[in-house]
Amino acid sequence: MQAQQISIFLENKAGRLSEVTRILSDAGVNIRALSLADTSDFGVLRLIVDDNEKAENTLKQGGFTVKTTPVVAALVNDRPGGLHGILDLLTRNGINVEYMYAFVQQSGDNAVMIFRFDKLDEAARILSENGVEIIDGDRLYAM
Amino acid sequence: MIFNIEYETMPREALESIQLRRLQATLSRVYAAVPFYRKQLDDAGVKPGDVRCLSDLSRLPFTTKQDLRDNYPFNMFAVPMDNVVRIHASSGTTGQPTVVGYTARDIDTWAELMARALSAGGATRGDIIHNAYGYGLFTGGLGVHYGAEKLGASVIPVSGGNTRRQVIIMKDFGPSILTATPSYSLHLAEAAEEMGVSFRDLNFRFGVFGAEPWSESMRREIEEKLHLKAVDIYGLSEVIGPGVSIECHEAQKGLHIFEDHFIPEIIDPETGQPLPWGETGELVITSITKEAFPVIRYRTRDITSLNPEPCICGRTMARMNKVSGRTDDMLIIRGVNVFPSQIESVLMEIKGVEPHYQLEVDRKDNLDILTVRVEISDAAFSDEVKELQRLSETIGNNIKETLGVSASVKLAEPKTIARSEGKAARVIDRRKL
Repeated sequence: MQAQQISIFLENKAGRLSEVTRILSDAGVNIRALSLADTSDFGVLRLIVDDNEKAENTLKQGGFTVKTTPVVAALVNDRPGGLHGILDLLTRNGINVEYMYAFVQQSGDNAVMIFRFDKLDEAARILSENGVEIIDGDRLYAM
Repeated sequence: MIFNIEYETMPREALESIQLRRLQATLSRVYAAVPFYRKQLDDAGVKPGDVRCLSDLSRLPFTTKQDLRDNYPFNMFAVPMDNVVRIHASSGTTGQPTVVGYTARDIDTWAELMARALSAGGATRGDIIHNAYGYGLFTGGLGVHYGAEKLGASVIPVSGGNTRRQVIIMKDFGPSILTATPSYSLHLAEAAEEMGVSFRDLNFRFGVFGAEPWSESMRREIEEKLHLKAVDIYGLSEVIGPGVSIECHEAQKGLHIFEDHFIPEIIDPETGQPLPWGETGELVITSITKEAFPVIRYRTRDITSLNPEPCICGRTMARMNKVSGRTDDMLIIRGVNVFPSQIESVLMEIKGVEPHYQLEVDRKDNLDILTVRVEISDAAFSDEVKELQRLSETIGNNIKETLGVSASVKLAEPKTIARSEGKAARVIDRRKL
């Protein structure tokens, strides 16, 4: 049900983001989705890649602080209210979204959203039970 | 004006005989009352009675900040607690403060020395003194306060902070003497300007600035912006607090040390050998009138030189030059002593934080800004921004709580802070004094 996301700590200075992309490119790792959360001092880069292990190892060797975090990838109807339906469902069930971002690619008529919840397993279960399709890791990385 | 003509203008020969008598009395007392000093002298094979002239002082062992820390909190006191009427403390190198005590007579001595100092800085009994040194465990506020009252001046105990209110008080009460750290005085000048208050319209004549190092160019800036004559004051809580030495406003050239209470020496910080007049080295002070907390050959770690030449102000007391640096890695941030090792012990206490850090000191708008860069370890890293922000807040709060100084905390990528390059790499001081 879950997918893994790679998170990287970045200082806010020139060239750090491109250093990450250089390392991944040299290792032949493909970035499937990304989001960058930033403050005035630092940023956290979150990536969905096609090879987690390789990405984590090469980035660590490159001197970065790296962590893998479980996330949920869900299909969202690509029409007005599609995302709202999901968020509304979660709110009614007392689930908090810590952060979310969109996948680069579409899947048919659906958008793919990556979610990080405070109660991850419960959220995935509620979404499934209510007919929201969850994409597991292997399928996601290969998309 | 000279507050105590008899002592402050005493011929050197007479002064030295008083010094010797007081030194001998102090040594007998600490030998009898303070186990630390008894052991120090015994280990050195010296008895208090062996000191027969002032040059015998160099036979005595040094006392260091570490010694004071080892005797935390009261073991260096030379009188029973019944006779201690005041306790002050300054920060130490591991977060453990250095505690000092005063008898009623010590407080009186201190007030006398601060009255002398304020007089040398231009104050008289008719003045109103705006005292912006912090009141509390720090000796600055209360030191000036008691001296001002002894002098008979009117003191406004405004303490530090609340700058806008300070400007209003300066405008409405018309103080003529300002006592503050030099950096805070410039901060006051800026706040006044923002509020549309010009120091030209204020009543200030003189300012007595200390508790942190400052340069001649900063003096010129202060004198120009605050429209007053600025003098330097020196002191440290281990010795008594402010009032160890003071510049006279007539010469503004070197700080007269109150040698009837303190014997200064300059030593080579490496060999510990005394250096002759005029040579630059570490200042070592022996207090010869303190009752509760005498210090014998205390190593101040401050670098300066001594000048015995007579001064145009009439004082015969030797002058020390402005302190030009430190022999250790202590930083003075907004008047607060900060050792890198203190920051390190704060970091070590926070789970997941590794002691790879760097201190950056800047001066913005005339206030010292301390930035602590801390490398983030895998253990402390969270992919949630709010967790990371909470971590830097915790570090900042703990530093503030332990050291009493605000720091802005910046999380850094691993291995971006230089390793094992000694203490210098720990600190980047960009302040231009």
